[in-house]
Amino acid sequence: MRKVAIVGTGHTDFVSDGPKTEVEMFCEAGTEAMEEASVTPKDIQALYCGNVFGDFAEGQGMIQSYIANELGCHHIPATRFEGACASATLAIRDAFIWVASGFYDVVLVGGTEKATAMGTPLATRTFAMGSDGKYEFPAGITFPGFFALLANLYSAKYDVPMERLREQMSMVSVQSHFYGTKNPHAQFKHKEVTAEQVSKGFMVASPLRLLDCCPFSDGAAALVVASEEKAKKMTDKPVYITGVGQASSPRLSAQAPFLPRIRAREVSVKQAYDMAGVGPQDIDLCELHDCFSIASLIAAENLGFAENGKAGELWEKGETKIGGKIPINISGGLKAKGHPIGATGASQACEVARQLRGDMASEARQVEGAKIGLVDTLGGDGIISNLVLQTNV
Amino acid sequence: MEYQLSFKDYHKALMKNKLMGLKCKACGAITCPPQMSCRNCTGFDLEVVELTGKGKITTYTTIYVAPEGRENEAPYIIVLVELEEGPWIMGNLYDMDPARADLDLIGKPVELGTRIFPGDKYSDGPAARPVFRFTDGK
Repeated sequence: MRKVAIVGTGHTDFVSDGPKTEVEMFCEAGTEAMEEASVTPKDIQALYCGNVFGDFAEGQGMIQSYIANELGCHHIPATRFEGACASATLAIRDAFIWVASGFYDVVLVGGTEKATAMGTPLATRTFAMGSDGKYEFPAGITFPGFFALLANLYSAKYDVPMERLREQMSMVSVQSHFYGTKNPHAQFKHKEVTAEQVSKGFMVASPLRLLDCCPFSDGAAALVVASEEKAKKMTDKPVYITGVGQASSPRLSAQAPFLPRIRAREVSVKQAYDMAGVGPQDIDLCELHDCFSIASLIAAENLGFAENGKAGELWEKGETKIGGKIPINISGGLKAKGHPIGATGASQACEVARQLRGDMASEARQVEGAKIGLVDTLGGDGIISNLVLQTNV
Repeated sequence: MEYQLSFKDYHKALMKNKLMGLKCKACGAITCPPQMSCRNCTGFDLEVVELTGKGKITTYTTIYVAPEGRENEAPYIIVLVELEEGPWIMGNLYDMDPARADLDLIGKPVELGTRIFPGDKYSDGPAARPVFRFTDGK
């Protein structure tokens, strides 16, 4: 396999009720990434696009074909990836595999989503499509409901009293909103929150309250990935994709032997760590899938940053901030940056790549000296994909 | 290979308050809801068996924000129940005021009843929904 690098990154503002179409948002992020890499449409050999609910949000399917041609990449093969909230990470993993194999040299990969166009009731319905439609949706499961079930199970199984878990979950949201105010692309770039606001917000699915939950969002992000040989000609700051992982899960109830762990994440991240030859102790920063505050704690444990039931202590001790043991979601995370689901994995990879290039000093949120970063994305109740990104190879 | 227990047949039985599952002839594990392979050993040699519908609550949540078309159901309690035969299934708890649900529910013994989700424009028809009540009547 050949080495593969990210050579260009693009990221739109993440917003609610945005004025732009999904195609327009992707093309704006895509051209930003292409400009960074100094490539033209003629250089792009394939397009991989995460997009989940274009059909419901805009009445638009097969968006990837229109994106490729609007960008001027006429007639190139374009493929849409649907893995719920992990869609764009699956797309990046496949872009990596096809470039590493030698089949392509340069691929444009990303995602776009306009979730707020659906409105909250329809969005709540469509997001629930990321759970088992035949055997679990009849009970009325929602996406917050999925993680609410895990939060109560976490408290009981790991013997973390709900009062303490409540405080830990609030700390997660407070930290995400703090860093979100430093990210000019964040949906909540003007909004800090207090622990009291989080713990007193209206209940969505007990014990999860409004500020435990990420918002519905519109936005896009994109990357140009290239073979090592091409990458060295395009940029003096290539960010290498050194490890990738992907794993699937059965319906939530069938994950019983492992819950509240998401076993697929443990499988996926091990693939990524092993391929890169690193472990959790080597990771300098992580963008993980904090769709809900409790999801951050569970993810941090599954990724190996804390023992089961102990991840809250990372936030309590400030270990997840810049300067801590494992800076997490310095972008503001899904919580404050926003979560346009088909774009989220590309947004996370864009954020980590920019951190590793040292681009974030101007936004006062640079993790100094970061060399190895981890991307973690969860789709529905159990599609996981992970990426290890590195500058020091 | 045909399904031993299809969604349609599982649904029909559940409408009659019968909870059906699959017993693996190789390892003996019970799989429920049904699927093509044994959840324990991945074997395909499965036979249909009726389950007791009894179990205990392993976790719960009260849903306050419901999906489109189901707003008038909220608030409602969703539970995961560990059946006597081993597998966990998802259902509702209709036996108490949803606002009073708390962690004391975990471990409580329950037994199965059935209501129906009439379906919506995305669901390809109705589906029986397991609902649980406390076994000891409390």
